[in-house]
Amino acid sequence: MSYIGKSIKRVEDKRFITGKGKYTDDIKLPYMTYGCFVRSPYAHAKINSVDISDAENSSGIVKIFTGEDIAESGINGVPCGWQVNFKNGDIMKEPPHPLLVKDKVLHMGDAVAFVIAESYSQAKDAAEMVRVDYEMLPAVTNPQEAVKKGAPQVHPDAPNNTCFDWELGDSKAEVEAALKGAHHVTTLDIENQRVVPNAIEPRSAIGDYNEAHEKYTLHTTSQNPHLTRLLLSAFVLGIPEHKVHVIAPDVGGGFGSKIFHYTEEAMVVWGSKQIGRPIKWTAERSESFLTDAHGRDHKTHLAMGFDKDGKVLALKSETFANLGAYLSTFAPAVPTYLHGTLMQGLYTTPKINVDVTGVFTHTNSVDAYRGAGRPEATYQLERIMDLAALEMDMDPAELRRINFIPAFDGVEQEGYATRVALQYDSGNYEPVLDRALEMVGYDDFRKKQEAAKDSGKLLGIGFSTYVEACGIAPSAVVGALGARAGLFESSQVRVQPTGKVSVYSGSHSHGQGHETTFAQIVADRLGIPLEDVEIVHGDSEAVAFGMGTYGSRSLAVGGSSIVKSLEKVIDKGAKIAAHKLESRVEDLDFAEGKWTVKGTDKSISFGDVSLTAYVPHDYPADLEPGLDFSSFYDPTNFTYPFGCHVAIVEVDKETGHVRLKRFIAVDDVGNVINPMIVDGQIHGGLAQGIGQALFEGTVYDSSGTLLNASFMDYSIPRADDLPNFEIDRTVTPCPHNPLGVKGAGEAGCIGSTPAVVNAVIDALWKGGHKVKDIPMPLISERVWKAMQNGH
Amino acid sequence: MIPSNLTYKRASSIDDALALLKEYGDDARLLAGGHSLIPALKLRLNEYDYLIDISKIPELKSISEEQGHIVIGAGVTHGEIVNSSLLKDKLSFFPEAADLIGDVQVRNMGTIGGSVVHADPAADWPALLLAAEAVITIKGESGSRDVSAEDFFLGLFQTAVEDGEMLTSIKIPISANTKSKYQKFMQPASRFAIVGCAALLTIENGTCSKARIAYAGVSAKPFRDKKVEAALEGKAFNADQIASAASLAAEGVSIMSDHFASEAYRLQMTKVFTKRTLEAIL
Repeated sequence: MSYIGKSIKRVEDKRFITGKGKYTDDIKLPYMTYGCFVRSPYAHAKINSVDISDAENSSGIVKIFTGEDIAESGINGVPCGWQVNFKNGDIMKEPPHPLLVKDKVLHMGDAVAFVIAESYSQAKDAAEMVRVDYEMLPAVTNPQEAVKKGAPQVHPDAPNNTCFDWELGDSKAEVEAALKGAHHVTTLDIENQRVVPNAIEPRSAIGDYNEAHEKYTLHTTSQNPHLTRLLLSAFVLGIPEHKVHVIAPDVGGGFGSKIFHYTEEAMVVWGSKQIGRPIKWTAERSESFLTDAHGRDHKTHLAMGFDKDGKVLALKSETFANLGAYLSTFAPAVPTYLHGTLMQGLYTTPKINVDVTGVFTHTNSVDAYRGAGRPEATYQLERIMDLAALEMDMDPAELRRINFIPAFDGVEQEGYATRVALQYDSGNYEPVLDRALEMVGYDDFRKKQEAAKDSGKLLGIGFSTYVEACGIAPSAVVGALGARAGLFESSQVRVQPTGKVSVYSGSHSHGQGHETTFAQIVADRLGIPLEDVEIVHGDSEAVAFGMGTYGSRSLAVGGSSIVKSLEKVIDKGAKIAAHKLESRVEDLDFAEGKWTVKGTDKSISFGDVSLTAYVPHDYPADLEPGLDFSSFYDPTNFTYPFGCHVAIVEVDKETGHVRLKRFIAVDDVGNVINPMIVDGQIHGGLAQGIGQALFEGTVYDSSGTLLNASFMDYSIPRADDLPNFEIDRTVTPCPHNPLGVKGAGEAGCIGSTPAVVNAVIDALWKGGHKVKDIPMPLISERVWKAMQNGH
Repeated sequence: MIPSNLTYKRASSIDDALALLKEYGDDARLLAGGHSLIPALKLRLNEYDYLIDISKIPELKSISEEQGHIVIGAGVTHGEIVNSSLLKDKLSFFPEAADLIGDVQVRNMGTIGGSVVHADPAADWPALLLAAEAVITIKGESGSRDVSAEDFFLGLFQTAVEDGEMLTSIKIPISANTKSKYQKFMQPASRFAIVGCAALLTIENGTCSKARIAYAGVSAKPFRDKKVEAALEGKAFNADQIASAASLAAEGVSIMSDHFASEAYRLQMTKVFTKRTLEAIL
């Protein structure tokens, strides 16, 4: 039977919903110890002394390491995996990120000491007894403030706290000239606020050094175990890669925050060798808030020029991107190549200039968070589009339509070359807009909105039409863009003698359902039952190599790699089948799990061929035994999903409270393997994108203290905050990968945020308050204030 | 999220709990539903050597009607209040308010007594107790004493319960022709009150003869607003009177401020929610 396009229930859910999942913190090794970090309560402070004398005498203490021990050991800090150069060609500033800090803490949560004890509570008790004498220093948390003269400095070798400055697209002079000649120019200063990823499973790591084998094992909550192994062995600890085994077992969500190699991972591995016992560290929720790499944090000035018909003539975007105190693994890529390259959107804008300054501040690191750069780009484009429509008194849907890039399939018509370095693979943008308008009942809504004007609740509608870059790969392209790693994916398809199939994938599932989707592809291609396929991932010794899961790349890149391996299996199987059937390969058909001699009833099953491959008594003379193939797939391009999201909100005039009434999402993610899983990915992404618009956001005080580092004060959306999502899809296949898939993990998060904010602005504008912007999250007071001040 | 070492004791009766309190003194804390205490212990904001669990004491678990009063045991959960037909009938804003606390799991564990003695300024119950003119029964070694809600709440996390004492029940007078409502403007993360307005009115022939209006979340201490009450009492109960009474709400009160609601906004929302609560009664 065909498995493609079927909503098969997820095979991994049996263990998850029965409590049989195995997460890092579930693992208990013999003689294991427990670690607890002593973390700075201050954003910026000089360390005068660290006194561990009381803590060392606390019960159950095994060992305490301080920044001094790390400095003496000569261990490198954790490196950055992406290089961006200054406009003048200088390499970005890349200050060290030590495992423990010795002289100065640079953000709240910076690690000062690591306490190891027989039990976690003993480690925790002793950590409270470590006395650190801090001398508080002034801190800066806002990137626009940090670049100013006289601002507190984060690193002495990064003047003006600038990590890099960077530009993409047409020259600023050309864009400014085009803006000058425009019939109408809309300007907008907006912030894409900092958010906390909040995976349900906190980060956890177990380091286990085996002296007899001289081998290091790291169990870790990672989306990317092979990269962690590479960085840990070659860059941080200087230990041989083949002596490092990284296992990322079941992982409870990541949203990007578990892509990166963290100091805690290196600490438990190195520490384990020092004490000769395994060490487990698991973050507390408060620690997750302080140390999981945060997302977004861009402050942007925008100007978009239009001709008298509403055609976009030029776009200028200037961003200050907050990178935090230390560079996380992919931090420089997010505000540059994952953001600047998306500023074309799905519009024909002929002149675009994007300018980004990457800035150090006394805050936790910022790195990729669901969407990573693309939500920031989409937020700018879609906010300014809606605002321009309001200012020019045009319909926001029609303004978009007249600016859409015409349809191109990437086969008959070429891909679309943007002004900002990309070549879109395929796109057909009007149908998603049309379908969304149809689902909304647009004309009817505008009548309801008019009627509601004099009631206590204003109604508003907001649009967002987006295109994003997924299937993060071609190694050559990302290499040219600054990646210090390749971005291919590997797979191995190992057919067992009985015809059962184990697939080893370099992608890593931490909620995405790979064990089901990938198995559907395998079962479909080989014509075998789904139950005969097992997907193995997350173990550096089981899987040859992997680049991990992020950037909605697993199906487009990892899935395509599996297809490549399957083709090799089928090709070799055909040779064995031909031998057994005394036929020629060209005369065989492969379908429904068997090879048949065309036009006859002579056939041999996949299982029989598999057995023959491993029991090669009657076998082609020139063929090796076995049926086991691996592949490294490196695509020729990114994939470019797109869609149209529409939000309808109700705004309480007296309180400013926003209620999301409806949310319509029409996405095109290319071909779909499992519609239920894709729907789930879209739903989750929408919840996060809407969460950013209405609920989420860090709050720092002037000393750099994160004020809302708990769920009591940091708001994430709950089920009753959200309406039933109304979703649909169009299908424009990706022309360059064998599955025709584009990726669906981030679309919901990329498209939804501006739609919600636009809806609130629309409600206010139609209610007589001509407000250009309300900073996210749109908590009630901010909306209320906008209504008090707006005209 | 691991508390410091402690010893867990379960009390079988009120007297047993008081005896344990006497034995361990300041080193002990009573544990009921644990929805404020356990997080504080896990965050190590508080440390106690002993927890005395009072959640299984039968004497603390009943809701009854006695001589013109409703008596609610300190160990009654929010969930039990939501489902109490007696309260729905006689004191409807109690079940309404209980239903706005946390989620089902929280309501099934958290108790009214625990919330009242914790005296979180944003908790709902203190406002209801003030509006209902509740009397709070506190028991200690030397016996029981009754304290009016007005005298019970002393400030931020401070109440009239003294060392060695425990809150045992809450007594609310019931009178004819009353109507009550509680409305809450929620902080989106914790869902505690930014503003909670509790109103209990006696309305006879369209006239408001008695008004009790109290607030949670607005100030460091829950309070009754007697100016709003006076503006309603003895007057026809209609939209105009509501609007003018509500406009007086929380004037002259010291108002809290946080990143969800500044002082000015909280003041304005106090007026809006006073109006809405009263309109819901109208």
